[in-house]
Amino acid sequence: MSKTMNDPNPLTPYARSLGIAVEGEENGAPKLYVEFDTAVEGRPGHFHGGATSGLLETAGYAALRARLAKDGRNPQLKPINITVQFLSAGKSKRSYAVGHITRLGRRNANVTVEAWQDDRERPIATAVMNILMVEKEG
Amino acid sequence: MKESPQAYPQGFQPDQASHMLAQAGHNGWLGLKYHAHGENWVELKLPWREDLVGGTGGEVLASGPIISLMDMTSGMSIWTTAKAFTPIATLDLRVDYQRPAKPHSAVIGHVECYKMTRSAAFVRGFAHDGRADDPVAHIAGVFMTIGKDPRSV
Repeated sequence: MSKTMNDPNPLTPYARSLGIAVEGEENGAPKLYVEFDTAVEGRPGHFHGGATSGLLETAGYAALRARLAKDGRNPQLKPINITVQFLSAGKSKRSYAVGHITRLGRRNANVTVEAWQDDRERPIATAVMNILMVEKEG
Repeated sequence: MKESPQAYPQGFQPDQASHMLAQAGHNGWLGLKYHAHGENWVELKLPWREDLVGGTGGEVLASGPIISLMDMTSGMSIWTTAKAFTPIATLDLRVDYQRPAKPHSAVIGHVECYKMTRSAAFVRGFAHDGRADDPVAHIAGVFMTIGKDPRSV
């Protein structure tokens, strides 16, 4: 996988390799999705919990990046923790995820994320993340 | 992963279940490997790979693959403790990140199943990149058994 500087794609090599892509936004936060494929399959015909977690986490960072860009900030982001709640099995179809900034401080952001498939009102998994923001020297 | 409990007459042996990891699917895509196990714990290894790095630079494994590693290691620790393969679903998984893994380092996940009830299994563990006394992350999780009516067990 080539790594180019100033890549307009905000996704990490891991996220792109897993097949995560952006499709529009919701309340200013990028809406991400991943197609069902062998790379995300756990139990036959179902999403692996780890793949669902990867989608949630990526959507959480994307939501925070979008908000920080709007505020003119570009800190380095470091994960503190993530708690994932698995609500129902992810079936063999496209999954979406979008993050929401619950609290944005100077050093810490608290982000909640929802993932769903057919029905936006029926999430398959949710996550809460704490993310440390380190402002670059300058 | 369609085996019934009868597939393991001597109990579930994680070192002989490499087909679960090598299979096509997310675990195979990540390249998870068996590392070690005990009566109620399992260790799996996530090799470093260029296309699994995160966005912080420095050629460090992303946190997403580490969640997957710990989720699968948790499942194997439960089957090892239960001495049977029974379908389970992750209910809740928490990961606390202490520090990034070292550049180009594989990560080893260690998870023990410290309590099993009729319908739930509780796990805790850590991930490290070479020294178990200097972990990169700690996890705690709860899994539910599925495919059975819990009232009948």
